[in-house]
Amino acid sequence: MNEIQQLYQQVILDHNKSPRNYGHLPECSHKADGLNPLCGDHITVELYVHDGIIQDIRFTGAGCAISTSSASIMTTVLKGKTAEEAERIFQEFHGVVTNDDAVINEESLGKLAVFAGVREFPARVKCASLAWHTVHAALQGEQEISTE
Amino acid sequence: MNILADEKNVESLFSIDDIRKDFPELSRYVHNRPLCYLDNAASTLKPQTVIDVIADFYTSGYSNIHRGVYLTSQQATERYENVRSIIAEYIGAQHTSEIVFTRGATEAINLVAHSWGEYAIKEGDEILITTMEHHANIVPWQVLCEKKNAQLRIIPINDSGEIILEEFEKLLSEKTKLVSCVYASNSLGTINPIQSIIQMAKNVGATVLIDGAQAIQHIPVNMQELNCDFFVFSGHKLYAPSGTGVLYGKKALLQAMPPYQTGGDMIRRVTFEKTTYADIPARFEAGTPNIEGIIGLGEAVRYVQKCGLAAIAEREALLLEYGTHRLMEIPDVRIWGTAKEKVAVISFTLGAIHPHDIGSLLDREGIAVRAGHHCTQPLWQRFAINSTTRASFAFYNTEQEIDTLVDGLKNVVSLFG
Ligand SMILES: Cc1ncc(COP(=O)(O)O)c(C=O)c1O
Repeated sequence: MNEIQQLYQQVILDHNKSPRNYGHLPECSHKADGLNPLCGDHITVELYVHDGIIQDIRFTGAGCAISTSSASIMTTVLKGKTAEEAERIFQEFHGVVTNDDAVINEESLGKLAVFAGVREFPARVKCASLAWHTVHAALQGEQEISTE
Repeated sequence: MNILADEKNVESLFSIDDIRKDFPELSRYVHNRPLCYLDNAASTLKPQTVIDVIADFYTSGYSNIHRGVYLTSQQATERYENVRSIIAEYIGAQHTSEIVFTRGATEAINLVAHSWGEYAIKEGDEILITTMEHHANIVPWQVLCEKKNAQLRIIPINDSGEIILEEFEKLLSEKTKLVSCVYASNSLGTINPIQSIIQMAKNVGATVLIDGAQAIQHIPVNMQELNCDFFVFSGHKLYAPSGTGVLYGKKALLQAMPPYQTGGDMIRRVTFEKTTYADIPARFEAGTPNIEGIIGLGEAVRYVQKCGLAAIAEREALLLEYGTHRLMEIPDVRIWGTAKEKVAVISFTLGAIHPHDIGSLLDREGIAVRAGHHCTQPLWQRFAINSTTRASFAFYNTEQEIDTLVDGLKNVVSLFG
């Protein structure tokens, strides 16, 4: 696979075409807006956390294939996790997309491993991490983040 | 401008191979592909001669300006000041003192907003800008209006991306104190009818600023004919170094304006009780400027004059036509900005494929295009889209490069299916 194929894997293209958990929650406990001022892309993440567990999560917004698929895959990964687990996964994910030397642990990363190709595209790291930063902000009780 | 002399030279100078040899970047490889640089509206590449004068300044004759009594400082000052004359001639200003060097168009607009705006704009006044302005010609006026309790009003455009002059007429009144308008749009390519705009603004006594950042490298301008009050541009889009720019202001206006920044170089006499300011243009050039950059700017203008702006414009018009035609071949390409008069800028969307994805994919084929909002977010709100991909051509670009772009886009389409 060349770098482009590595970045735009079928899974990513698929989630871009039909994003999972797209839309609004009837009831949410946490919500934040994320903005990438570089491209003007924005995303809103809504979470319903109950008993310390992310019971449900949805997102809306407009973005590139990388940011849309990242948000989509993220929602499928985070459903059923605790806030602490979410934070740990975020850290691991962030390491993978930003750090050339990070070891990719396919087991713990699961579906998120498809984003390893992003590290070859430094200009796209913010696209891949926008949704995650937004969830992080929502769980911290913040309403808005920007990836400056 | 000596257009006749330029036209005579079109044939001999427009061996495109020779032109391309003048730009060392054009022989670079990116991702193992020949660089296909189609982001000239963001910044142009630099000809060797500009690079050489900067190197020459640093290797033989470097010193600060307006300082020493020693020879090199005098020579550096002369080289720097000589560029003022080159620019004054290039844009048809009456006096060299009407040329103020800045870091770029952005700083030039901010200078006017702070210095002129501070005393000229009062509560209830109105400032008119167009829908297609660059953020650099929006935000400074927004901030000023907020501070002064003045109104920022927006001149609408039609679906082709042209200013609707009848609507502009309706917005004009004795309250209009400033009309600040882009000459050519960096996002749509539209060349605005600034002669009419300036005249209409003058009829109600408004001051006019023209943002020439995307015009100065394509269209001959003459300040005395245009009769605008301020005209700004950046050097780096005119084959000159970044960190250089020009504010042209009518002499009487500049003379009435207080300093923007204060410090060295802009004073006449300083005591701890009081400072008197230098005359224009020094009053607006506090501190040590980008000396080598300005010297490079002078050389860039000389280079453009040598090639001939008319010949440059002619070649770019061909590229625009060819590029538009070829892009339209791709199903799902939609071009945003279809004005009758355009500079060689093509903004487009490709189905629902996000411009960032297009940009990344093209990059791997050595193609540099801009993806995003191009610092004109309100413009895209007018068209209800977020961003576009933009290809913008300079006279050194070729039809083959446009073909490379089109092939690249076809690959994008097949990947995204
Ligand atoms: C129309 C227009 N105005 C203003 C600017 C700002 O120029 P600079 O960033 O060089 O100050 C640009 C640059 O993109 C432009 O295209």
